[in-house]
Formats: sequence, structure tokens, C-alpha cells
Amino acid sequence: MAYSDKVVDHYEHPRNVGSLPKDDPNVGTGLVGAPECGDVMRLQMKINPATQVIEEAKFKTFGCGSAIASSSLATEWVKGKTVEEALTIKNTDIVRELSLPPVKIHCSVLAEDAIKAAIVDWKKKREVEKPAANATAST
Amino acid sequence: MAIKLPIYMDNHATTPVDPRVLEAMLPYFHEKFGNAASRNHSFGWTAEEAVENARAQIARLINATPKEIIFTSGATESNNLALKGAAEMYREKGNHIITQVTEHKAVLDTCKRLEKYGYEVTYLPVGKDGRIDLDDLRRAITSKTIIISIMYANNEIGVVQPIAEIGKIAKEKGVLFHSDGVQAAGKIPVDVQKDNLDLLALTAHKIYGPKGCGALYVRRRNPRVQLSAIIDGGGHERGMRSGTLNVPGIVGYGKAAELCQIEMAEESARLRGLRDRLKDGLFAKLDEVYINGSMVHRLPHNINISFAFVEGESLLMGINDVAVSSGSACTSATLEPSYVLKALGVGEDLAHTSIRFGLGRFNTQEEVDYVTNRVIEVVQRLRELSPLYEMAKEGVDLSKMNWKAAAEH
Repeated sequence: MAYSDKVVDHYEHPRNVGSLPKDDPNVGTGLVGAPECGDVMRLQMKINPATQVIEEAKFKTFGCGSAIASSSLATEWVKGKTVEEALTIKNTDIVRELSLPPVKIHCSVLAEDAIKAAIVDWKKKREVEKPAANATAST
Repeated sequence: MAIKLPIYMDNHATTPVDPRVLEAMLPYFHEKFGNAASRNHSFGWTAEEAVENARAQIARLINATPKEIIFTSGATESNNLALKGAAEMYREKGNHIITQVTEHKAVLDTCKRLEKYGYEVTYLPVGKDGRIDLDDLRRAITSKTIIISIMYANNEIGVVQPIAEIGKIAKEKGVLFHSDGVQAAGKIPVDVQKDNLDLLALTAHKIYGPKGCGALYVRRRNPRVQLSAIIDGGGHERGMRSGTLNVPGIVGYGKAAELCQIEMAEESARLRGLRDRLKDGLFAKLDEVYINGSMVHRLPHNINISFAFVEGESLLMGINDVAVSSGSACTSATLEPSYVLKALGVGEDLAHTSIRFGLGRFNTQEEVDYVTNRVIEVVQRLRELSPLYEMAKEGVDLSKMNWKAAAEH
């Protein structure tokens, strides 16, 4: 199977590889996929609670070249966007940008899921934080 | 010595035609183009003589007699002819066939079709080492069993089955014994007498001969095996396989078999050395690498390794100047990881990370060293990218993770 130049570029020069401290209240982590399926993506983003802007994004992916490219691209796209804007990224945008063939569409779906999962995780952390902050204020 | 890229290390898929084989074939395309079945002129006689010479060369490789070699279009046809031909011929004796789960599709799918026609097939399991249990085989044989079909050596993991022992059991029980010998013949000693083989599927292109040319060994004595033909026509090949013979291909096949016979001892020792050099080189630099299948009962030129936490297709993409194969689902047409590895009990997570290296006559030590270094480099790079490797290093038990929950997160 031939890979598109963009997939090859992301595979050879993946952007934003790495980890963010997952216990940081401003970091959301999305871990999607399963080793048995041959794809696991972990997407992390550091979000400014005041502006809701995604200031940093990092990924690590176990998967084929298209999975690596999809998650690498996702980190590029979410950086600088607000949470709300990031949630509008669709897997079809990734398919188009990377010219993914039909058998690789699941890679783009996984990347969209990872973005959403990271934001959900961040929101959950915020909910836990808030009552705690209120409790502190009331004493 | 400069290395020529890309490097071919997928010799279980096919092999290049040896230049000596090609040279032997060339006169039979234009100058000596006769039909081996033309009995009344010299063009036919010349072709027939060449075919009979090749038949003898192939027979010698497996300790058979020339008349026991039936030429076919390749091993897929040979396996089909052996199984369907015996099933039909011996229908009165019974309707039971025994095979095993890691067979090539040419055997498995033939058996599946026979099941549709009312035959019963037992698929024996294999152990972690990739070999069948002889007690399982003994227990599976019934009065209705016509034929046992167990491959000599596996195409993915190179594991060699206990063929001589199976042959002995089959003989005792009076059941025909067929083997898909494609990966073994020409590479390790195969002896139809010692192994009590009644049928053996062979092909030219795995032993540096041309594609589109194979053979089926059909025992003629003790017992005399009879097959119903699956292709009808002019009654060539003792009525078992009609169709004009592929004379240039057969000449090349004969030459290829002769070369293997002469050079096998030296070549297998050399390839075993290179294979072990590759394995040792990879194991010296990488942790969490696992060999799939028995290392003892294995073809000398094969190694199949799982590089945990690195998906196979992404590894192939990184070593794109090296031709090898992966058991990863992403590289298969079905999007399922290797059924062979699954049968061994290799988890799907590890099956996705497997690479098959198949060394061959034209590989050099320089190439092996190049491939070793490239694989190490790419595995290390991809592990830096792998969340699973990071989690495993942090002590997370990946098998206990609830991945479905993580996915629904």
C-alpha cells in the first residue's frame, strides 16, 4: 500500500511527541483504542482554565503509520484552539488532510475520539476541582 | 561491500530465480519449444526428454521415483488435487479428513469446501511451539478417516512438524498421509520413504525456480495411491492432471531441485548462521522481543519475532528499504492479525507486532547486519512514540487495563 506524502511526513517527523503530567488539573488525557486492535492513542492537552485555550498538546501512539500521522496532525490542529473549537474537528477533516484510504478511516476516527476523550477528562477534573475550591472559600 | 537496496528478506513468499536455473530454461522458450505430448516428431521428443529429466531431478530431492512426480501449476493446485482427489477416490472408505489449524489456506480452504460436500474435517490444535500433539492425532483417527494432511513446515513461523512420527502413525492406521512440503523441500532433508509420505505438495518458486510450476508426489507402491483428477482433458500426467506441460518451467524446476539437493547442507548451515546472527543482534539491543514458535523444530532460514509495543505495519514503514512480512492485521487483506500466531496462543496485542524474516540464497552477512541495525533503530524510535511502552515501563499491567472503558472515556 502506498502512503500519502503527508502521512509519511508525519510518520518520519511526528509533531508534539511526548507526555504531559497527567495529574495536573489543567491537563486532559485521552487514551483510546486497544492493543488487541493494533491501535492505541494517547492525546494530552494542557488547557488554560481562564481562556479555555489549548496551550500545549502531546501524543503517543501505538499503531500503523496512518494512526501515528492522524494523532500527530490532531495535536497540531488543537494547539491554540479553544476547547469548543477543538470539539469541531471531525475525523473526515483528518481523512481529507492526510488522504487516508478507506481501510485507514478508523485511524482518523480514533484521533477524533482521542481529542474528545482528552477534553472530557479535563472537564471532569474541573468539576472535581470546583466544589473543592468552593469548600475552601466557605471556611 | 556496498549494499544494494532494497534488501529482499521475504524468501517464504517467493525466491528469485537462480541465474543457473534461468540459463537452463531459456532454450525451451523458442529453440526447443515442443509439446512434451507430441509423440511423433523430434520437437516433442526433445521436450519430453527435458521433462523426464526434470522429473528425475525432483524425485531425487525427496527420494521418490520419477513416475511418482505429477506436474501441476503450483502447490495450491497440488494441495487441491491431493485432498479433493483422495477425498473423491476413497469416498467409499470414509468421509473423514484430519488437518491442523496453522495450515496454509490452500489446505484449509480446500478442507472447508470438502466440508460443504459432506466430508468431516478435524482441525488439530497446535501447542505454543506451533507443533501438533501426536496423541491428539491418534485420538482423532477413526475408521472413517481417509487422509491426514499436515504441513511439513509453516510458512509464517517456520516450525517443522513431527512428520516422520505422523507418517508412522498414518501407516499403522492405514490412513493416507499428505503434506504441504512447500517451505521444507529443498531447504531441509525431505525423504518420502523415511517419512512414510503418500502425497507431498511441492512448488518451484520457493526454491529459486520459476513461478507457476509445481508438483505433487503421489506414492506408487506400498500403497499405490490413486486420485480422482480435478482437471479433465487430455489425460496427461498419468491421467491425474490434464493440460499441456509447462516445459520451460519444468526444466527450471528440475534444475532448481538439483541445485538445492547439491547445495542444501552448505546453504542451510550458512543461512542458519545468518539467521542466528540476526536474532542475536536484535536480542542484544532490544528488550521485550519474543520469538514465535519453536526455535528447535524450525527451518534454518526463518525467524518470526514480536517486537512488543510496536505495531507491525508501522515497523515495516520504518524499514521500507527491507522487504519482510508482518502478522499485523493492518498488513493483511482481512484486517485480522495472523491466524497462525493466534493458534499458537500469541495474544492479539503481540500478533500485531510480529515480523517474519525469511533468509535466502542471495542474502549476505552485510545485509543481515544492515537489517539488524535498521530494525533496532526503528523499534527504538517507535517505542519512544508508543504509549504502551511508556506504560509498561511505569509498571502498568497492560493486560489488566480496561481498554474498552478507556476507549469510551
